[in-house]
Amino acid sequence: MAEVFDVAVVGAGPAGVAAACRVAERGARVALVDEGFRPGGQIYRHREGRAPAAIGEWMARLARLKVDVIHRTAVHDALRLDGKFQLRAESVHLEARKIVLATGARELLLPFPGWTLPNVFSAGGLQALVKSGLEVAGKPVVIGGSGPLLLPVAATLAKAGAKVELVCEQARRASLARALPWLARSPRKLAEALSYQAAFGPSRYRTSTWISEAIGTDRLEAVVTNSARRVSCDFAGVSFGLVPNVELAVLLGCELRDGFVVVDRRQQSTVPGVFVAGEPCGIAGVDGALGQGLVAGDAACRDVTVTADVEAARGWYEYKPPPLLRSFALRHEVLELARADTVVCRCEDVRLSRFDPEWSAREAKLATRASMGPCQGRICGPALDAILGYGADCVRCPAKPATFESLLIPEDRK
Amino acid sequence: MADSVTIRVDGREIRAGSDTTVAVALINAGVWTFRTSVTGEPRGPVCGMGVCFECRVAIDGVEHVRACMEPVRDGMEIDTGG
Ligand SMILES: Cc1cc2nc3c(=O)[nH]c(=O)nc-3n(C[C@H](O)[C@H](O)[C@H](O)COP(=O)(O)OP(=O)(O)OC[C@H]3O[C@@H](n4cnc5c(N)ncnc54)[C@H](O)[C@@H]3O)c2cc1C
Ligand code: FES
Repeated sequence: MAEVFDVAVVGAGPAGVAAACRVAERGARVALVDEGFRPGGQIYRHREGRAPAAIGEWMARLARLKVDVIHRTAVHDALRLDGKFQLRAESVHLEARKIVLATGARELLLPFPGWTLPNVFSAGGLQALVKSGLEVAGKPVVIGGSGPLLLPVAATLAKAGAKVELVCEQARRASLARALPWLARSPRKLAEALSYQAAFGPSRYRTSTWISEAIGTDRLEAVVTNSARRVSCDFAGVSFGLVPNVELAVLLGCELRDGFVVVDRRQQSTVPGVFVAGEPCGIAGVDGALGQGLVAGDAACRDVTVTADVEAARGWYEYKPPPLLRSFALRHEVLELARADTVVCRCEDVRLSRFDPEWSAREAKLATRASMGPCQGRICGPALDAILGYGADCVRCPAKPATFESLLIPEDRK
Repeated sequence: MADSVTIRVDGREIRAGSDTTVAVALINAGVWTFRTSVTGEPRGPVCGMGVCFECRVAIDGVEHVRACMEPVRDGMEIDTGG
């Protein structure tokens, strides 16, 4: 029988790395599992030698410690088995006494005519590709959608030499202005926002603006905005907010509130032994993720009292969306961009006209195959919920596509 | 390119930075269509982080590999079906 870890951490973003380091520093046996081929998660996804200093420190800390880092391994199922937890991936089944879920978030994509053309990416997707070497120097790009994420994305593109033609934010200026008092109380956030804007040119940032269509034959050639302005571009990055990755938590039976995993002061979910840190329990940014990771790491170790300074570093534990995020509430116009023939489920090419607004997510799935493709509804599920109010479909194993064999061995779900 | 590798895409040789992913190498070489959808539309990467599965290609004979999650290796054979 394979060894049993004291703690297994899923996700090697800031939250997971902090948690794994903390557990190892307490002398417990810890595994850190991630899909990617390098630790760092969303924000620290950089090529060798190009990561900012802060991540360098965390990576050095991780490297010094005895942590079993398991890369390129997507966990597709999690279950309780004989008082332990089992994490299942294609190549391995890991057992651990406690688990920390630090699976981060993905982006909310909304369908609009032309969004399936090659070279139309999600905003964070375009940023990730640039960070891994996509050549954009001198090329015109347009960023669109909604939320604070658009700013660092546009800044990354500008710094890589792209011509950022336009950053389209659907929210109204007045709505964003309501977040100003809050922003003024967080000078660091304000400075960050201003430095991003300075990087791509503040005049490029347009509120009450969205991409209503992407145009091209076999790839993106231009976008058209809601004011019928046509902007030629080679690449576009469009997303409308973040969706927490709560699938594994749901499989384990953790309670959710407003789509986020409910946790206590020690980052423990409603399932004893399952701790959750970072974006799945609330969109809190990198500092929140690191702080929650430290608390979860401590709390997952036996006989360790979580100290006040560590708790304080995390800031909060009962998630309330910061006023900043409320300012980016989606307008009905952007929820109505798709036309009857616009593909909504990209895996199965199910078009908007096939969906009956009276359905639930499950009915839609059975009738159209939407969300039955390889992405398992990760892209179209939240989109259908946003545009047709389908609600979240119940999560079922596998949370990620898996080969049939890996689901069969050894004992099955009890 | 200081550190570069050579890979073949649909029989054509391209050079790519050694520290990049297959997705980035293909787009930099002007290959935008990674797969053809079930109704015949061209598709390429979207999320860049392993979620959407739009960047699927065959690599060294293995079908349905996510190009955005795959570092390039010298001598790789990539097939987009195109
Ligand atoms: C696309 C995107 C871009 C962003 N860009 C910025 C930015 O530029 N600036 C900024 O301040 N904030 C950015 N953010 C927000 C930022 O990600 C968070 O503030 C912070 O990184 C959250 O850390 P985390 O550890 O919770 O999650 P993440 O950093 O997202 O890490 C989660 C990790 O879990 C792994 N994972 C998920 N599910 C599984 C599974 N089933 N099996 C194995 N591994 C799994 C993922 O591969 C990932 O490495 C971005 C978020 C997203 C989604
Ligand atoms: S681009 Fe989405 S999985 Fe590769």
